[in-house]
Amino acid sequence: MTVLAEGGRRPGIDRDAWVMRAGVAGIALALFLAILLPLWSILSKSFEDRSGAFVGLANYVRFFATPSLADSILNSLFVAGMTTLLVVPLAFVYAYALTRTCVPGKKLLAGIALVPILSPSMLPAIALVYLFGNQGMIRGLLLGETIYGPIGIVMGQVFYCFPHAVLILTTALSLADARLYEAAQSLGTNRRRVFFTVTLPSAKYGLASASFVVFTLVMTDFGIPVVIGGRFNVLATDVYKQVMGQQNFQMGAVVAVILVIPALASFVVDRLVQRRQVALLGARSVPLIPQPQAGRDRAMLAFCAAVGFVILGILGTAIFASLVKLWPYNLSLGFANYIFDDYDADGWRSYWNSLKMAAATAIIGTAVVFTGAYLVEKGKGAGRQVVHLMAMVPLAVPGLVLGLAYVFFFNAPGNPLGFLYGTMALLVICTIAHFYTVAHLTATTALKQLDPEFEAVSASLQVPFWRTFLKVTVPVCLPAIINIAIYLFVNAMTTVSAVIFIYTAQTKLASVAIVNMNDSGAIAAAAAMAVVVTATSATVKLAETLVSGVLLRRTQRWRAR
Amino acid sequence: MAIATQAGAEGRRPYLRVAGLEKRFGSFTALSGIDLTIQEGEFVCFLGPSGCGKTTLLRAIAGLDPQTGGQIIQAGRDISRLPPAQRDYGIVFQSYALFPNLTVAENVGYGLVNRRMKRPAIAARVQELLAMIGLPDSGPKYPAQLSGGQQQRVALARALATSPGLLLLDEPLSALDARVRLRLRGEIKELQRRLGVTTIMVTHDQEEAISVADRIVVMNHGHIEQVDTPDAIYRTPASLFVAGFVGTMNFLTGTKSDPGRVRLGALDFRVAEDALERGAACTICARPEDFIIRNVGRDTPNAFEATIAATEFLGPVVRARLHIPTLPAMPVVADFSLNAVTDLGLASGRAITVALPPDRLRLFPGAPA
Ligand SMILES: Nc1ncnc2c1ncn2[C@@H]1O[C@H](COP(=O)(O)OP(=O)(O)OP(=O)(O)O)[C@@H](O)[C@H]1O
Ligand SMILES: [Mg+2]
Repeated sequence: MTVLAEGGRRPGIDRDAWVMRAGVAGIALALFLAILLPLWSILSKSFEDRSGAFVGLANYVRFFATPSLADSILNSLFVAGMTTLLVVPLAFVYAYALTRTCVPGKKLLAGIALVPILSPSMLPAIALVYLFGNQGMIRGLLLGETIYGPIGIVMGQVFYCFPHAVLILTTALSLADARLYEAAQSLGTNRRRVFFTVTLPSAKYGLASASFVVFTLVMTDFGIPVVIGGRFNVLATDVYKQVMGQQNFQMGAVVAVILVIPALASFVVDRLVQRRQVALLGARSVPLIPQPQAGRDRAMLAFCAAVGFVILGILGTAIFASLVKLWPYNLSLGFANYIFDDYDADGWRSYWNSLKMAAATAIIGTAVVFTGAYLVEKGKGAGRQVVHLMAMVPLAVPGLVLGLAYVFFFNAPGNPLGFLYGTMALLVICTIAHFYTVAHLTATTALKQLDPEFEAVSASLQVPFWRTFLKVTVPVCLPAIINIAIYLFVNAMTTVSAVIFIYTAQTKLASVAIVNMNDSGAIAAAAAMAVVVTATSATVKLAETLVSGVLLRRTQRWRAR
Repeated sequence: MAIATQAGAEGRRPYLRVAGLEKRFGSFTALSGIDLTIQEGEFVCFLGPSGCGKTTLLRAIAGLDPQTGGQIIQAGRDISRLPPAQRDYGIVFQSYALFPNLTVAENVGYGLVNRRMKRPAIAARVQELLAMIGLPDSGPKYPAQLSGGQQQRVALARALATSPGLLLLDEPLSALDARVRLRLRGEIKELQRRLGVTTIMVTHDQEEAISVADRIVVMNHGHIEQVDTPDAIYRTPASLFVAGFVGTMNFLTGTKSDPGRVRLGALDFRVAEDALERGAACTICARPEDFIIRNVGRDTPNAFEATIAATEFLGPVVRARLHIPTLPAMPVVADFSLNAVTDLGLASGRAITVALPPDRLRLFPGAPA
């Protein structure tokens, strides 16, 4: 048979496929360099001595033999366990009120529950110092106990972890099949029994997931213990002290590797839970619509209002602290604490750095994540699965570990990427890597909802796939894209754990400045900076709601029928 | 197996040739030994039960899921290894895959924009296509504002916009309700005739295939059972599978006896075709409408006695379930005209004598699956 090329087209060269393959390879390489290699370098560091020679488990043996370090493990487990025991039930009731009852003002209550996400984790700790510290407003409530230590850490963590647990449990509880409840009712089951035989079992995966997530958040959070931990050492602060204080990189690496264990466990459970949860709600389920029940609704409202009051109270305390001239001696209000140059050499510059870093993370990160998810979802070739797997890794890696890994990897002599060390670019790369997984999953979910044949149609019309990507895929996924950008921005603004290892004098960030000013005793200025960061995240979040309302109405007109 | 083409496609030149095509997914063979030639301007339907490989074959022709073996030649060009964008076809999917954020006009003109066509020329072509599908005023609308049938027509217009040499349709009507489906299949056929574009439509609805296709490709388990005109598929099925898959069929299993004769229990049937050995197990296929009841006498070939067990009113005909005392294990259905029913007083419980003319019967070796 003769091979005849008609219409001047060259046969056999599939330009689209090659561009896609190149894209997949590019993303795979980027993730490999930004996630896997640094993690490898931290793992290998934990098996080396100071000279770089392999010493097997010697560092680990030394770690467990050092009483103060081994104590930190118990301390970390204790505060994480306590926080989980407190937060999960609170969040469950709150989420239950939001999903299964008719409390008024659900939108507002849901919004208040999310407030802590907008703040760096140092903010609740600082507020707690003002409330219960040595000169605290209501320190009598502690009955002589000190806030500097486990009590303060647990209280701060409850505030900080609450929204994460509420989000997970709200999702779990909204996946209810009304028919199960109708069946229970028609059998004359009383409410108590319905709760224990239907509601609780159907939420058990959500409860498991929330518990693990909270546990991990506490184990790996750095901001709260560094402010309010006092002499109560936990693993997260140990890493920092070993590395920054004693320049003992090997021991830092050991602690970091140990920190990965709970995160990894939580990650595995979360994956399992997600798989189960999807199966739980079949396509034929009928969504449950809560019915009013005066007594219960009133009790729930009282509970939610109390929780909301505490959340806003802590935020309000931080704002108040930032405005008071000199607590508790001069209670006049003003903005003196916001003149950061009086407390920190970098002054406002660290805030502008944070803003720049967050904006770059949001813009570049969204572009990379969405394109990567698109190539995984719609592309061809074996590399896609590799990219997808690598994209899942950051969820199991605490920020502290990633930050330290970046130090080891990018600061290593002879690394051709070493020029990035100490630059703003590296902070952006690190932050994108840190928050990659959730953004990737959001993009994937949105892309899965598109018709799988868009690419086939454009190929049949001889339109290159990237044109369809820009003209159709991106506009249709705009809501998800905005979501990803905001998520990256807010997290980049508030994160401290990873960046604290790799900032330099030129690239100092607001969250780092909070830690530094607090360390040097300028706690009011630290509060002020935390408030500025929170206000920025809140503004962006509000702007999102307003702008996306207008923008979506303009660009998503086609959604209307 | 492929019996000579009889319909209008005769004398035209072959447009698409598929030779020895094979498609494997891992160890699973979805298609094997597919040989098929489609004439220019022909309307061909791929028909077969779910999972038989219709979509797989269509997507191989489109280059979307390339075959693992064999050749595809379109208009004299070997396209076996070409990426989809370098082949020449338009395609309509079951889901339509209309771009939801683009207007109907932008959807239809999607393939025209990057062909160095001037804007007014594109607009004119889009308008022409919209008029062709009977939606001249829907250009500024979004797909979500159209009914399912209208969306289907827009997808068709988009596929035809670039005047492709081949139109591929994968169950284009299956997402629509029965009434719209009936109307649209007529419209598609009419449009295809007008444009003369070679068309392949995948369907698992035999009635749809029979009503629109010039030729039908009946598939089963990843291979082709028969390629023929609807008429020939119905009248002279090439295999027991085709006989059972298309239309209603009675299967009478028996044993081959003397030349031209088949033993069915106590009955001795005469058959026209005869290639089987004496003693071979075989099956006689008879359509319900092939039973004759008027003027059946002792000397009528293949006459036998039966009782009407039940009747079902189908409009112009009445379908009767017959009990044959000599063949108690073989339920048989026969269609009788309303006339005959009235004239002869056919009703449940009546004993009758019917016959099956030998030239209407098809004989196959073996028993139906
Ligand atoms: N990507 C794939 N991987 C593995 N097996 C596949 C794949 N795609 C199709 N198959 C298998 O190949 C066979 C043929 O599938 P195909 O989709 O072509 O059937 P079909 O005739 O179009 O059926 P339907 O009428 O249900 O659309 C099926 O058994 C199917 O399970
Ligand atoms: Mg199919």
